[in-house]
Amino acid sequence: MTRILGWLAALGLIAGLAAGFGYAPREAIQGNVQRIMYLHVPSVLTAYLAFGLVLIGSIAYLATRRAGWDRLAGAAGEIGVLFTGLTIVSGSIWGKPTWGTWWTWDARLTSTAVLFLVYVGYLLLRSLIEDPDARGRYAAVVGILGALNIPIVHFSVKWWRALHQPSTILGPEPSPIDPAIGLALFVNWIAFTLLFAYFLSRRMEIARLEEQT
Amino acid sequence: MTYARRAWIVLWKDLLVERRSKEQLNALLFFCLLLLFLFQFALGPDRERLAAALPGLLWLGFILAGLLGLGRSFLAERENDCWEGLRLSPGDKSAIYLGKLAGNCVLMAVVEIIMVVLFGVFYGVDLWTPAAPLALVLALGTVGLAAVGTLFAAMTTHVRARELLFPVLLLPVQVPVLLATVSATQALLLGQPLADVAHWLKLLAGADLVYVTIGLLTFEFVLEA
Repeated sequence: MTRILGWLAALGLIAGLAAGFGYAPREAIQGNVQRIMYLHVPSVLTAYLAFGLVLIGSIAYLATRRAGWDRLAGAAGEIGVLFTGLTIVSGSIWGKPTWGTWWTWDARLTSTAVLFLVYVGYLLLRSLIEDPDARGRYAAVVGILGALNIPIVHFSVKWWRALHQPSTILGPEPSPIDPAIGLALFVNWIAFTLLFAYFLSRRMEIARLEEQT
Repeated sequence: MTYARRAWIVLWKDLLVERRSKEQLNALLFFCLLLLFLFQFALGPDRERLAAALPGLLWLGFILAGLLGLGRSFLAERENDCWEGLRLSPGDKSAIYLGKLAGNCVLMAVVEIIMVVLFGVFYGVDLWTPAAPLALVLALGTVGLAAVGTLFAAMTTHVRARELLFPVLLLPVQVPVLLATVSATQALLLGQPLADVAHWLKLLAGADLVYVTIGLLTFEFVLEA
């Protein structure tokens, strides 16, 4: 099953590359730089998916005390941090030619960075506790607080500053995006989600084997 | 014994211990005074610059003092093996959290009041005119800081590298509280009416509600170890 997921993810990523570089047209204003979006947007969506799973795994662990839920939360947390990092780095590379700076304290950048730090703390906590049950319980508390804190961070940072272009895909109005670009984005998003599922399944398997020894 | 009574006993115990030993308060007040000097040395003697940076410095001071003070919330219980006693106490464990939280809020409030007065004196800023709205911002911010701080302190008490882990966990979660309180304090010091910072106050109140609720609901899982 995991193996099939891996192959599907690999195929998806190849299709995503082809869609992003071959099929999708060159964007009129930003030029080829825009193509980094096919990495950037799927990364951040995957990261949100991962942190959502951390929340679900955390609540379920506290409710049932089944080790599997904790493994889910821990694995999703690690992958979430990875994809959040990827989001920040790809955004930074895009920002340099587009905004003229690697980093700016814009609302979305700041809240993503805060998200990154919260979950790095989450992973640090996990790494410092040996007892599996205590680790599961403590990490679950941080996982729940971290996830429910996301909207609060979002609004605080938004009122503090704003420069990022408003979200075009998840916004309330119909998206003004070119259908070809939209399709390329969609293919990449599916590929990233498959990749996430593959990572998650592998990581949970490793965690299970670690607990047996 | 009612829920409120059990929370009150924990609060009373902490206040009594603190009053007799003055272990934390003395050190924290001295620490605040030191911070004041350090800020002054770091930014130079220019009064206007200090006044402009004041809201940020003030809250940085509270947060640093909070890291030291809140991080120690459960150390007495650990060192004297009272942890078992807390665990064995009958009834809903969240009452213990509530009592500890209240105690931490009192401690933070004393530190904050003295720090505000010191800032007013040393930096020559008029903190008296906006005192009432400022107190509201301080109260809301303190509850947010202490609610998460108390929960994480209980958690990190038994973890190695506790001194390092506690700030690493607490600080990123506290970003909204810091942004809201600093922005609101800044606006109030510039003489803006309370209505101008209403959105920040609502955010703080909402954050407090979320943090305290999570604390109450999850504390029993933290206490278990």
